[in-house]
Amino acid sequence: MSNLTGWKPTMEKEAKGPGLDGGAGAGGATRGLVHEEALLFERGSTGRCGVSLPPLPPGHDAGDLPAELRRDGVDGLPEISELEVIRHFTRISIWNHGIDTGFYPLGSCTMKYNPKSSEALARLPGFANLHPLAPPEACQGALELMWHLERALSEIAGLDTTALSPAAGAHGELCGLMVIRAHHLAKGNPRRKVLLPDTAHGTNPASAALNGYEVQQLASGPDGRLHPETVRAAMDEDVAAIMLTNPNTLGIFESHIQEIADLVHAKGGLVYADGANMNALLGVARPGDMGVDVIQYNLHKTFATPHGGGGPGSGPVAVRAHLAQYLPLPLVVKEGDAFRLVTSEKERPATVGKLREFWGNFAMFVRAWALIREYGPEGVAQTGRLAVLNANYVRALLKGVYNLPYETDSLHEVVFDDKLQKANGVSTMDVAKRLVDHGFHPPTIYFPLVVAGALMIEPTETESKETLERFVAAMKAIAEEAKTDPDALHAAPTRTFRARLDETRAARKPVLRWKPGMKVE
Amino acid sequence: MEIPQDLRYTREHEWARNKGGRIVVGITDFAQDQLGDVVYVELPDVGDPVKKGEAFGVVESTKAVSELFAPISGKVLEVNAPLSDAPETINEDPYEEGWMIVIEPSDPKDLEALMDAKAYQAFVDEQAH
Amino acid sequence: MRYHPHTPEDVRAMLDAVGAKSLDDLFRSIPEKLRLKRPVDVPPALDEISLFAEFQRLAGRNDVSHPPFAGAGCYPHHVPPAVDQLLLRGEFFTAYTPYQPEVSQGTLQALFEWQTFVCLLTGLDVSNASMYDGATATAEAALMATRLTGRKQIVVSAALHPEYRKVLATYLRSTHDEIAVVPFGADGRTDLRALEKAVGPSTACVIVGWPNFLGVVEPLPEIAKVAKQAGALTITATAEAVSFGLLQAPGALGADVAVGSFQSFGNPMTFGGPAPGFFATREANVRQMPGRVCGATLDKHGKRGFVLTLSTREQHIRREKATSNICTNSGLTALAATIHLSLLGRAGLSHLARLNHARARMLREAMERAGCKAIFSGPYFNEQAFDVGDAEEVVTRLAKRGVLAGAPLGRWYPDHPRAKGALLCVATELHSEELIQLFARTVRG
Repeated sequence: MSNLTGWKPTMEKEAKGPGLDGGAGAGGATRGLVHEEALLFERGSTGRCGVSLPPLPPGHDAGDLPAELRRDGVDGLPEISELEVIRHFTRISIWNHGIDTGFYPLGSCTMKYNPKSSEALARLPGFANLHPLAPPEACQGALELMWHLERALSEIAGLDTTALSPAAGAHGELCGLMVIRAHHLAKGNPRRKVLLPDTAHGTNPASAALNGYEVQQLASGPDGRLHPETVRAAMDEDVAAIMLTNPNTLGIFESHIQEIADLVHAKGGLVYADGANMNALLGVARPGDMGVDVIQYNLHKTFATPHGGGGPGSGPVAVRAHLAQYLPLPLVVKEGDAFRLVTSEKERPATVGKLREFWGNFAMFVRAWALIREYGPEGVAQTGRLAVLNANYVRALLKGVYNLPYETDSLHEVVFDDKLQKANGVSTMDVAKRLVDHGFHPPTIYFPLVVAGALMIEPTETESKETLERFVAAMKAIAEEAKTDPDALHAAPTRTFRARLDETRAARKPVLRWKPGMKVE
Repeated sequence: MEIPQDLRYTREHEWARNKGGRIVVGITDFAQDQLGDVVYVELPDVGDPVKKGEAFGVVESTKAVSELFAPISGKVLEVNAPLSDAPETINEDPYEEGWMIVIEPSDPKDLEALMDAKAYQAFVDEQAH
Repeated sequence: MRYHPHTPEDVRAMLDAVGAKSLDDLFRSIPEKLRLKRPVDVPPALDEISLFAEFQRLAGRNDVSHPPFAGAGCYPHHVPPAVDQLLLRGEFFTAYTPYQPEVSQGTLQALFEWQTFVCLLTGLDVSNASMYDGATATAEAALMATRLTGRKQIVVSAALHPEYRKVLATYLRSTHDEIAVVPFGADGRTDLRALEKAVGPSTACVIVGWPNFLGVVEPLPEIAKVAKQAGALTITATAEAVSFGLLQAPGALGADVAVGSFQSFGNPMTFGGPAPGFFATREANVRQMPGRVCGATLDKHGKRGFVLTLSTREQHIRREKATSNICTNSGLTALAATIHLSLLGRAGLSHLARLNHARARMLREAMERAGCKAIFSGPYFNEQAFDVGDAEEVVTRLAKRGVLAGAPLGRWYPDHPRAKGALLCVATELHSEELIQLFARTVRG
């Protein structure tokens, strides 16, 4: 078999670290029986089918459709039995790590446990089989649920009204900036600029640019915080808004937020908060009380809705009262005992419009509301506190083992870097890949950009003390390995179904779909 | 880090070579090292104008994008087309086979405003800290 | 609280290790006056039994006793149980974006298969890893067309899904691009002569439904020809993806971009969301395509695997210069569609599509026998508009009997001469012959 990557056995040495010689890693990972499984399309045509459908009416033909506009069938589709489909997806699922498998400390992603009761409830036929155009009298349950969720999200944010329709966090950002722009336009000048700190997530400047705003990046201070003087120097009447994340992507609370908000408001600007890190504030503090005017939630983070494969999310946007008029439609309202969706622009003439089809990711609303109902006020309060406790526990145990670029207090996530390991030629990437061999999903790496070689760890509150200690044990073992056997780290991961994958090859010669005769070279 | 003596350099890590009045441009060894494996490069068309200090193209690795800035003003005379199929050339041979464009300068004196090899070396050393 | 594993001993030990006296100490970086002094005002916590009772109550207030006769962008189809059983596997369900490909090969191979399905059904070269929905995918396609052509005019058919058009208008608010709407004719198809007049040297793209919102199949080759002659892109938007099993691929008929929703595969309606938007285009446009994309590669042992690739188009690298701000997509719903399509295969998809068309034919015959004529004469797939006299009255009356009768077109086309009576009805494999006959009789009243 030809070796297309140029890798040779002599390039790596056997791992010598503790617990990795056939023993289980600190997270319990070991070797097992796993299957290779080709693409569905590589099985060739066999005439099989995996569904059971009623027969066509006798003599049916589609002759009423012009011949050039129809086709007999879609060439290239697989033809396999139900059992083969079940085996295919079962086998490939085993190649994945999920929250259900093990710890997933992805910073700023809030990979908390996805409750199974939320799942079962979202699948109730009364929710699953409901068409969005059902008349109000036929969907009061759905509307009632949306209304309750809207009230809860507004309350938790400390703001006035929440639009549930945005489909994800970035979509919520787009929405929030549209609302801000509409506010300024109504005053006669949309303004030109948006300020954001150097710790901002990439979606922030992208969302601003999509609204026609120039982005001005502000430098955070040596304590990892944005300072009022920096904002004062940049703030003028050309600035529509400042976009902040609080706590920021370093896990640090922007303690100057009130002063910053005052500075921005004094010149007629608005304060947008990216709510990705809301988990730290649940039951502890509210963005609306800090001067924030607009915030988007990420239900798939804070409220544990599942996002297997990278989505779907749900990004409701909460705003201060005077901005509610601009929110996208629909909005859910209660009139007497009945619930209704406001969908007509005649009722909300100042709305920015519609940001997606229909009403929102309703199945996510069910899950989020189910979790809030399970939390109750006490559960909400404990969530923020325990999330922060977990992150600080990890920080305390790993301090000195990895370099902490900021001494400032961490809330729900902590950022380390690879400075200490670099002395041995070991990078954050190597640490991440070796963690996999121990049975952990790596933390977020190389973000935020202000920290070179960043390792962002967000445990979330659903992880136990024991899990955190096992994670710390793995990190310590890797730090040791970095000193004694750095080559083993360059070779990681060694236990996964696939070893390190060549991302350069994928980008230079993109192969983005199966085709007959598909080759990867 | 290779820094050929006979070239001139910009603060954005492009190099310029005077080849009988025509100016050949590429990115430096330092730049390609920082960028990582180059996967894609976007270059202008022959005949396009370029303006000193403004972007004439883009170079991408798997994890980063970098604009390419014109060291001098002028008109594009030649473009290294094979780079689109073999962007790795920029990593392997940034100063020769990895050349990107040839410019007909509107003012040949522009070249002198650029850093020489010694100044660029000092600049790179400073960047590392 | 069952999702918080900490015992009081755990908390004590951890606080000690951190050097804090209490949990509140951990929040010293939050100024005192910003701290909440009361619990948040949400209802008291429910145990699981009470939780289920409450949600059964809420679900019970929604009438889902019969499959709806409404489509209009969200379609009632049968989801085989095999889809959910596979989807619910924790390795798929609780995994995140495959940033670490070595532990995400399941997600990544499934994404590669999704992308392939989208390309095969649309007849185009490349697809991304899904969008939020059909409407936003359409808006993103229009923005891509403006980037590729450098032009500012978007031409859309009045028969393109009204929600899609509204979302397009919202997305374009700050761009100074303009939208020109081309009317449809009495047959429900986009008026070709009006299209020719509307398209010109400033047109970036022409967008039509495939099928369109009225359920009618457009003359796509002619439309694509008009667009191409003006140097504009042709974009098709498909809300009912089962139609791909019977209708020709838009890519084969001249479309440059195909977008829409694959909700019809593997995803129940769930009151309109979430669902997998899709985005497919020609290879030449790949670097302007928004969204994540999965590619094949080799690992260091030479074994084939998959990774997210071409990331430099995206926001986390290009930031304000990104092709889009999209980050999270609709991966899980795309997986559901992928699994369903795998079960269907070539024969199953073709059969399902023909069955839908046959049921729609049956509905037409039954409705016309009941005196409700089809309004548009253009060819249709599984959706069509009937003149029922007073569409809103029919919807209200049938709702009392647990049936959503359809979508009254007057809501979106109030000025159309036949608006009052026009009811847009879908028929799928879920509508049995008995139900169809009963429906037609009942509509007449």
